[in-house]
Amino acid sequence: MKPRFKDVATVRSGLKKENYLADDGIAGVVYLADRLGKPVLIEGPAGTGKTQLAKSVAEMTGARLIRLQCYEGLDESKALYEWNYKKQLLRIQADKTSDSWSEVHDDIFSEEFLLTRPLLEAITSEEPVVLLIDEVDRVEVETEALLLEILSEYQVSIPELGTITAKQIPLVFLTSNNTRELSEALKRRCLYLHVDYPDLEREKEIVLTKVPDISENLADQIARIVRSIRQLDLKKAPSVSETLDWARTLMLLGIETIDEKEAKETLHILLKYQTDIAKAAKELSVTK
Amino acid sequence: MPVLDLMSGFIAELRNAGLPVSLTENLDAMEAVKVIPIEDRDAFKYALGATLVKNNAHWRVFETIFEVYFSLRGPEYEINQEGQPDDFWREMQDQMDQVKGQGEGKGSGGGMDSLTPEEIAAMLMRALMNGDQAMMRALAKQSVQRFAGMEPGRPVGGTYYLYRTLRNLDLDNMLQKLIDANREMSNQALSSLEERLEKDEFESRIEQFKQEVEAEIRRRLVADRGAEAMAKTLRKPLPEDVEFMHASRDEMQSLKKALYPLTRKLAARLARKRRHGRKGPLDFRNTVRHSLSYGGVPADPKFRYPRPAKPELMVVADISGSVAAFARFTLMFVYAIQNQFSKVRSFVFIDGIDEVTKFFKSTEDIGEAINRVNSEADVVWVDGHSDYGHAFEVFFERYGKDINSKTTVLLLGDARNNYHAAQSWVVKEMRKRARHVYWLNPEPKSYWNTGDSIVGEYGAHTDGVFECRNLRQLEGFVENLA
Repeated sequence: MKPRFKDVATVRSGLKKENYLADDGIAGVVYLADRLGKPVLIEGPAGTGKTQLAKSVAEMTGARLIRLQCYEGLDESKALYEWNYKKQLLRIQADKTSDSWSEVHDDIFSEEFLLTRPLLEAITSEEPVVLLIDEVDRVEVETEALLLEILSEYQVSIPELGTITAKQIPLVFLTSNNTRELSEALKRRCLYLHVDYPDLEREKEIVLTKVPDISENLADQIARIVRSIRQLDLKKAPSVSETLDWARTLMLLGIETIDEKEAKETLHILLKYQTDIAKAAKELSVTK
Repeated sequence: MPVLDLMSGFIAELRNAGLPVSLTENLDAMEAVKVIPIEDRDAFKYALGATLVKNNAHWRVFETIFEVYFSLRGPEYEINQEGQPDDFWREMQDQMDQVKGQGEGKGSGGGMDSLTPEEIAAMLMRALMNGDQAMMRALAKQSVQRFAGMEPGRPVGGTYYLYRTLRNLDLDNMLQKLIDANREMSNQALSSLEERLEKDEFESRIEQFKQEVEAEIRRRLVADRGAEAMAKTLRKPLPEDVEFMHASRDEMQSLKKALYPLTRKLAARLARKRRHGRKGPLDFRNTVRHSLSYGGVPADPKFRYPRPAKPELMVVADISGSVAAFARFTLMFVYAIQNQFSKVRSFVFIDGIDEVTKFFKSTEDIGEAINRVNSEADVVWVDGHSDYGHAFEVFFERYGKDINSKTTVLLLGDARNNYHAAQSWVVKEMRKRARHVYWLNPEPKSYWNTGDSIVGEYGAHTDGVFECRNLRQLEGFVENLA
């Protein structure tokens, strides 16, 4: 199969065109995922752009994004496929007399009566696809096993129909908020990417690209304050999306340079716990 | 092929350090190396990381080992021979001349030797001030060469050389100097917010410089002694394997960081287990509703979620010197998942005992509560040496009536009783009333019942004594408990 990307730099610049600023690690792993034909497991704190990465890669390659949102209680009838038993029932009742049993049997277990769910859809699709399995840590350990076949072989076995193999190998992204340890079997099949909070320079650039008309000076200040806040021992450190919200708020308020008072008054956009806000307000005004 | 040899040594070392690298992952890494050239060191590192390291907590261990094995690769990492100043060094000297404000110019062969440590420190300060990365890197190299005094073949770790290098550069006072200089330079007074930001910025630059120095030392050590020997001396346990009783300050920090995600995962797991552990009674309404889509046949019976009662917990912890760290972590751990218990009460003792539940109630910040426990709890009765017997006796007298059949009592300590009376009947009584009594001991099993440890005597009356030396064991225990 033809590789999608020429080298790591192509991935990086391509993502940048979609307004996603990737660092070396992110671009490298996306490139590798394509070359090795392996799924990528993305972990990291909430709000650092894990889901966005999959979306941006889909846009960049012009592929269709198929998304499977995981939740507790997800099963194969929601993730893989389901027999449309109502239709099957109708088919049986429609002409009771004419067909022999074996004909009916073969007939009702054909693709016509199969409802495809995201995973099956991703591998049967003719056009290029990016498959996003979001928050995979929310399903039970037993359900994880459903994913294994598709992740390693890009195929789905349906007992009545046989094995359906992928027509093209989709790029697969799994995201996890790390609320539980994923099984070894799943991790082994994936490339692992940890997306952390961006460093100062990258955060500043993200603010500059995502918030229109913001001045360089303000973006710099925002990034630096956010970095200082993240160093504190907080319940929940501000995420990138919260940084962006904050930047937008400051823009709306028409603030050009942040001083202490304004910082304190708008802290609640960055931080969501009262104890955190109090701590940050106290720390930021310490003279030393 | 040398890369292949290097890779197999590298992977063996990862396994030695405790990272679970499977055969498939090994093969993946080999595949990855094929498409990413080793010359692009950053991309190469991430490629290996993505295929071999599947847990973020292991990343630092991986990074260290990577540095050891691959630090001598790539042209920009060549070690300069002494007396061969590169272009950069020349440029540095030019700058130095400017700093001194005199154009005499040193001879180009002068090298580092012609500069006093103070002058080098001044150059470093300039580089830190301007955030000049390339300059910082060059200075790191030169100062290691100049100050570390590395002797080939000497089997010391890198820390000693690091200390020597940094001492000569007076890095401890650098931060304050930078802040002062910055204050002088700017015309108007800085607001406290700005100052704070400047300070954070300088701190991060100094930290970066330190890492450069460390990396340089490591490179030289590897060149001298070879990767394998070096990796062995640098080998450190993973955060979850660090022993509570012997953790250094740095390790304590990383333990603290590892604790929070661990508890979050555990809480999620327990909540899930609680709901799915067994099936509840039949949910009649729900079953009938679902039967409608099967033409009234209840083909898909639905069950209620079971809601088993949460246990009540009483934690009784020894907080005397040797086991204080263990008690602290256990308390933090228990309180971090306190919503998995219906009620948590905590008591700390040395030779006297005090209830500290209120410290945790009044604040959301567990770390702060722990600090208050250590400073405010009234735990000394006579001399401040552990006396389990007396502490237990008082505990039973004051709070014994609160122990009921729902209560689980956790006793934490090494049971080193300083040869006081054991009073183990208290534990026996507790067990009669409580649902369970467990003892957690941070000492290795082989030390139990040696010297003044009488854990066996107490343990006989409990439902179990568990060795709890590191986070992994603690997590395992708590999981079974809740």
